[in-house]
Amino acid sequence: MKHEPVMEEARPEMRPEAQVIPLNTDAADRLAHDSESLDHKIASALRFVRRRLSGEYEIDEFGFDPELNDRLLLPILRPLYERWFRVEMLGLENVPDDGAALVVGNHSGTLPIDGVMLQVGLHDDHPAHRNLRLLGADLVYQIPVLAHLARKSGHTLACQADAARLLAKGQVVGVFPEGFKGVGKPYSERYKLQRFGRGGFVATALRAQVPIIPCAIVGAEEIYPKIADLKPLARLLGFPYFPVTPTWPLFGALGLVPLPSKWIIAFGEPIPTDEYDPAQADDHMTVFDLTDQVRETIQNMLYDLLRRRGPAFFRV
Amino acid sequence: MSSMRPSASRARASAPARVVLVTGVSRFLGARVADALQADPGIERVIGVDTVPPAMPIGRTEFVRIDIRTPSIAKIINAAEVDTVVHLNLVTMTSAARMKAKEINVIGTMQLLAACQRSSAMRKIVVRSSAAVYGSSGHDPAVFTEDDEPVLPPTSGYAKDAVEVEGYVRGLARRRSDLAVSVLRFANFLGPSVDSPLSRYFHMPVVPTVFGFDPRLQFIHEDDGVEVLRRMAVEDHPGTFNVAGDGVVLLSQALRRAGRSILRLPAPAVQTLGDMGRRFGGLKGFSPELLRWLTYGRVLDTERLAVELSWRPKYSSDEAFADFADSQGLGQSLPLALFDRLTNPPGGRR
Repeated sequence: MKHEPVMEEARPEMRPEAQVIPLNTDAADRLAHDSESLDHKIASALRFVRRRLSGEYEIDEFGFDPELNDRLLLPILRPLYERWFRVEMLGLENVPDDGAALVVGNHSGTLPIDGVMLQVGLHDDHPAHRNLRLLGADLVYQIPVLAHLARKSGHTLACQADAARLLAKGQVVGVFPEGFKGVGKPYSERYKLQRFGRGGFVATALRAQVPIIPCAIVGAEEIYPKIADLKPLARLLGFPYFPVTPTWPLFGALGLVPLPSKWIIAFGEPIPTDEYDPAQADDHMTVFDLTDQVRETIQNMLYDLLRRRGPAFFRV
Repeated sequence: MSSMRPSASRARASAPARVVLVTGVSRFLGARVADALQADPGIERVIGVDTVPPAMPIGRTEFVRIDIRTPSIAKIINAAEVDTVVHLNLVTMTSAARMKAKEINVIGTMQLLAACQRSSAMRKIVVRSSAAVYGSSGHDPAVFTEDDEPVLPPTSGYAKDAVEVEGYVRGLARRRSDLAVSVLRFANFLGPSVDSPLSRYFHMPVVPTVFGFDPRLQFIHEDDGVEVLRRMAVEDHPGTFNVAGDGVVLLSQALRRAGRSILRLPAPAVQTLGDMGRRFGGLKGFSPELLRWLTYGRVLDTERLAVELSWRPKYSSDEAFADFADSQGLGQSLPLALFDRLTNPPGGRR
């Protein structure tokens, strides 16, 4: 219950477009302004295309391409975030404006769309527009197209070395400790946190001495309700599961359209790790205790958010 | 990966190198290193060995035509009282005669190291290895440090040779702990005079890339590579070091900067095209390792070298590539020219 006030405070800033509409004053003035800004937009878009064609852009050692991310990848995802899922972000003040932090979230939705929505939210709605660097499954980096788009969008492989390196560079790193157990769980088990692996994320945070920020994502469970799993087909394709949803594979590609559930993403109070000794990262007792604490916090946040949201569909 | 850490006991009185033996002197790297070393007045003799005579004049370097796969290498080392060996014989253009290359790489190194182990005058060995020892796969961490194990170790080609060579070098370092042994894992060389499978790949009229993958690449400029080898030969820096230009370049980015036309194909088709190029187009050494690298890429952490030498490569990865592209005349890209024509019509606004 202790994060309830946090949500109440954060609520008014949630939907920026709601405040933009009343500014509808002088129509002619706005038209002139629009065409000017349209010119400006076209020029800037052309400059962008030219830079892309000539290769004049910078990437970091993980392959993160901030320009491509800001100007192409995020704009593609934004309608999904703003209109389709109407994502509400709560407790953003718990994510620091600068410096490293480890965001730990619940994973769900059959396809890992929760990760990218979390990324869009932290970039668009956080005052410091932070880029979330997710730690993804190996599988992502085997799949053509997805492999390099994930890297260009700032994400990397879930391994200790990469996480430590990103945290040392003062980045916000996101991790879903449930992994495939979480994202691929059947609809009947929605919002029940799965096992949190071996607590590798806690060890990483302890070593790097960065705060752990628990994060609860409500809404992703309903986008592709997984009602069955075609295991032999999954084995054949080398995937961890082959989901059957009410619309997939029944309606073919149409079944890939996620259901428009209402989402809420909330960040809990950071759990500091600097009161521990970095050497305690090798102490299993400490690691398991902290893992359980994070897991319980997220589970409680999920229950609160579910009550707050009410039904998943047909609401704004 | 088992790598030798720079030892703390570096304070040992380092007598400067007097007689230096450079293997693989007839190839561009060997010739350039020999050239850099002979300019050093502290070095009495530079002896270059290779199986073929050098293509370019090598100045005061004494050339000895010898096959390092034979024990005759020991005779030279003893007769000339060689105290420093710079071993640059790793053959990376492998596909032409794979068996021969493997023999030169592995058997040659064994003979050379055996000779070094026996020699009482020997003080220092500098070995050119390759970043290929880390392999290349979708399971790799984003950045490799010298202590990282390869996730999928290389199973063929010169990458595997380099792994074996490093193993023998470590063995020697254990048996002769008085020797200063430096192992350098180089990223791919680029520069005005580089002719390698990679440079030829970039010269293809239409460059095939693997569909859906855009590897992160690093390059080392030939000047920087030579400088690192020179410093290693004249100073004492025992240990294993990654050597690469700063920063990272994506394959697509490099190709666009060099104005190459890109043809995105599934991996098997790229391999087939590479094989055909090898057979008919003089594209020697389009190996499976190169294809893996062009699919998944590889990035090295070069901090250890920078700290050890208090030095950073003059050329970053993208500058090394730019210098290579400019000097070898890779042109302006067609899409870019078209784009500029369309957005700036002659007699237009700008």
